[in-house]
Amino acid sequence: MAAQETRMLLKYTDEPGYTPDIGCYIKHGGYETLKKALKLKPEELRQEIKDSEIRGRGGAGFPTGVKWGFIDYKSGKPVYLICNADESEPGTFKDRQLMYKDPHQLLEGMMISAYAIQAKLSFIYIRGEMFRGAKILEQAIEEARAKGFLGDNICGSGYSCDMLVHRGAGAYICGEETGLIESLEGKRAYPRIKPPYFPAVFGLYQCPTIVNNVETLCHVKHAIDMGGKEFAKIGTPGNTGTRIWSVSGHIQKPGYYEFPCGGITMGELIYDLCGGLYPGRKLKAVIPGGTSSKVLNAEDRYTGKLKDGTPFDWSINDIPLDFDSFVHVGSMSGSAAVIVMDDSTDMVEALANINAFYAHESCGQCTPCREGCLWMNKITSRMMAGNAKETDADLLHSVSLQISGRTICAHGEAAAWPTESFVDKFRDEFLAKASGNASAKPESAYRLI
Amino acid sequence: MNLKPETLKKIETVIPRYPERRSALLPVLHLVQEDQGYISKEAMEWIAEQVGVEPIHVYELVTFYPMLRETPAGKKQIRVCRTLSCALAGSYKVCEIFQKRLGAPLNGVSDDGEYSVEFVECLASCGTAPAVLVDDKLYENVTPERTENFIKEHVCPNARPQQPAAEAVEGGEN
Ligand SMILES: Cc1cc2nc3c(=O)[nH]c(=O)nc-3n(C[C@H](O)[C@H](O)[C@H](O)COP(=O)(O)O)c2cc1C
Ligand code: SF4
Ligand code: FES
Repeated sequence: MAAQETRMLLKYTDEPGYTPDIGCYIKHGGYETLKKALKLKPEELRQEIKDSEIRGRGGAGFPTGVKWGFIDYKSGKPVYLICNADESEPGTFKDRQLMYKDPHQLLEGMMISAYAIQAKLSFIYIRGEMFRGAKILEQAIEEARAKGFLGDNICGSGYSCDMLVHRGAGAYICGEETGLIESLEGKRAYPRIKPPYFPAVFGLYQCPTIVNNVETLCHVKHAIDMGGKEFAKIGTPGNTGTRIWSVSGHIQKPGYYEFPCGGITMGELIYDLCGGLYPGRKLKAVIPGGTSSKVLNAEDRYTGKLKDGTPFDWSINDIPLDFDSFVHVGSMSGSAAVIVMDDSTDMVEALANINAFYAHESCGQCTPCREGCLWMNKITSRMMAGNAKETDADLLHSVSLQISGRTICAHGEAAAWPTESFVDKFRDEFLAKASGNASAKPESAYRLI
Repeated sequence: MNLKPETLKKIETVIPRYPERRSALLPVLHLVQEDQGYISKEAMEWIAEQVGVEPIHVYELVTFYPMLRETPAGKKQIRVCRTLSCALAGSYKVCEIFQKRLGAPLNGVSDDGEYSVEFVECLASCGTAPAVLVDDKLYENVTPERTENFIKEHVCPNARPQQPAAEAVEGGEN
């Protein structure tokens, strides 16, 4: 049987007649979980989230319950909750669906989380280009405040917490949580060095702060609703819950697809859910988790051992869509943004497009990232301008290796991994650019740089 | 600098909502830019005073954040996503058509000040690529074939297409 979606977060969003207003949300059972949560102790809720084994949906896949456990309560400082709605990892468009189509689900998840961590104030940091998104959220906050679901004395529980929508202004690095915090403090988004600046200890205004992705916070609502242990039964061990995958690129039915972690393979996603490639085209490469994740060559076989020691031998189509499997095949699930490239793609050109992105987005604090991103971009642009040198493949590779592990934030890796993996996996194409043996692109293919 | 009374009122309300005034810098910058179209030196000094920082702390934000501008954009601002998924769907071609039809250089303003055409990075709409912002409205699936018609319908009704118009635009605005 063809693979199918199982929607939890997106259960109602695309139903005809489902609207983002609070009336519609309440009619569908909304805010009942918050009422239930407010009757429990905050530490009980934190335990449920630990039991749920939810992993962050923003990119790093860090267990949310563990992160919440790092909060420094002894400091006696106020605690802040920030929803990371900066959604700017290329290929990712799932948070947009959650915010635009079901904003109250996010608000309910946030208020449960805020109560669980005893936040004094909460923020939604939304990227500046989502003009309508900010309006939708502000409207939703007004509605929720009017009904007593946020603000003072929430549902008569005695707990108070307000919520502010804060708009970014077009910088990708504001998605990095410490860059986001600096930005929210009214500064340039220069990421902070960890240690000591772990947000749960020294976050916003040097107070304990939790930053979670939009999708993660929506999951909190469901984990509390069904109970952490029940939630952990969805998906596979260590990869719990459902996840929304954004699919784009050379594919018949691009879009967002939700299913349990590990419930579907890459092949099922591409061919069953997304209707396969364009007629006559062959799969060439897949970026599995946003442009920052390492590219996969469709021709490769992926072998090794799983965590429990079981050997695996996969084609690209066999890879289960969860957190761990992409680490096993040498990449990461990142923001779950699959970018499909067919055999009309010039891989050097695709990398040139990606490198232009990171060169534009490096905040410039660390030399390896600032200079390295510029050099990788210069080299791939030069290669596309017909001036490729025989040594360029190795030069690109060596520059990328000198960035990762030597920077303040993970933008270094995010920028280096595409170059490292494109050259590794498609070395012949990079060499062919220099020798003049590169095969011409089909006329149907658009320019990428 | 003459800010509209509504803008002043919004600025007055937004500053005290934050635990620290400096946090209100970005919201205030957005409000001033919406009002004035750009952030002048005079505006930076004024904002610095409102929020209680030095003008340099405002200036460094204006130069850091791509959406903040020191010069006015065109009266209509076209922002085309340049990043991979949109590029794979033809956004470089789309941007070229915009530039030609509206007479604006890339990342610049047309001579009559009416239009600016810019490339921006991933707009989180990659599944409905190419994505284009016209002022603050997002349009999806603005493919090269549809761009001529799109311009007529959503940007400039008088722009005369060179070729016969392609099929009608269904740029689902989001
Ligand atoms: C360069 C960079 C960009 C990032 N962009 C985003 C983003 O747009 N949205 C997001 O939720 N997380 C982003 N992250 C991850 C955040 O730093 C952080 O890990 C995440 O928001 C934590 O939430 P989670 O635990 O719920 O995933 C980014 C990280 C890096 C290094
Ligand atoms: S790694 Fe890059 S983006 Fe991160 S702090 Fe350093 S220069 Fe800035
Ligand atoms: S690549 Fe254009 S919207 Fe994401």
